[in-house]
Amino acid sequence: MIFGRSERGKPPVEPVTLKILVAGGFGVGKTTLVGAVSEIRPLRTEELLTEAGRPVDDLSGVEAKHTTTVAMDFGRISLREDLVLYLFGTPGQERFWFMWDELSEGALGAVVLADTRRLQDCFAAVDYFERRAIPFLVGVNCFEGAPRYPVEDVRRALDLDDHVPLLLCDARDRESVKEVLIGVVEHAMRQAARHREALTT
Amino acid sequence: MSADGQGRSHWFDDEAGPVVRPYAMTRGRTTSAVQHRLDLIAVVVTEPDADDPETDPTLAPEHVEIVELCRRTPQTVAELSAELDLPVGVVRVLVGDLVDSEFVHVNRPVPPAELPDESILRDVINGLRAL
Repeated sequence: MIFGRSERGKPPVEPVTLKILVAGGFGVGKTTLVGAVSEIRPLRTEELLTEAGRPVDDLSGVEAKHTTTVAMDFGRISLREDLVLYLFGTPGQERFWFMWDELSEGALGAVVLADTRRLQDCFAAVDYFERRAIPFLVGVNCFEGAPRYPVEDVRRALDLDDHVPLLLCDARDRESVKEVLIGVVEHAMRQAARHREALTT
Repeated sequence: MSADGQGRSHWFDDEAGPVVRPYAMTRGRTTSAVQHRLDLIAVVVTEPDADDPETDPTLAPEHVEIVELCRRTPQTVAELSAELDLPVGVVRVLVGDLVDSEFVHVNRPVPPAELPDESILRDVINGLRAL
């Protein structure tokens, strides 16, 4: 790794990059969460569904696909000059899930953001990460005016495995979002340790 | 295609987006040889001894812009897509061209499962705490 500032004549720092995904239903606060910790205003990147390289099956159910774009909002946290964490909000609609495969490849982990008023909106995301063994935690975004339920009730309603962490959070609050992200990384470390154990025994 | 398009004087409308399609910049190509390496967080770095891209007649203005952006600070594919307002797939093709012509190189992100040890993840946790 090269250290030092990117002055003229000196090679610029080439950082190690990592990504965490932020999933959940439409309007649950994914971009708000990204914006709460990102050092840049969340940026938007788009993908056209016309890419010829995509298997046709991936486009099933997509009408008017010649004009369809999938937008993803993302933010950036420079932890060190040579270590940068990116947060990607996943496209909410299920028909864009082929994008999730690309996003989740090599991801450190994921946050599934839930709203207790529409808990069913995050079932699909929970299912997706469980099946792919991607470390994830559930963050229950505590909207003002939304009923508060005991953590155990939410956990039961989502039918979460015991090892999946569930946190109450406020997607607008930087400290709260930091705790959520730290929770994801710690969970990823535990999952990796379990995986190594399973391999050696 | 859609019935409501028939009554209009133009075959396109606002929903059709720009009339010059983004893939025109890639001369219709949607893949490149290095594309499989280009994750959204793959980092594009301009080669320090790269020639002035402006003098290369084979490069489009978008190529030149990528070379200049990544000379100052290496950029991820996602950042280039947002900065240039181009779809990710187009950026991939353009970056692939620049790799072929040795203007830039690309650092592929290390999948967390392949990290040699946990120290990077500990650094991430400590970095987040210090924010």
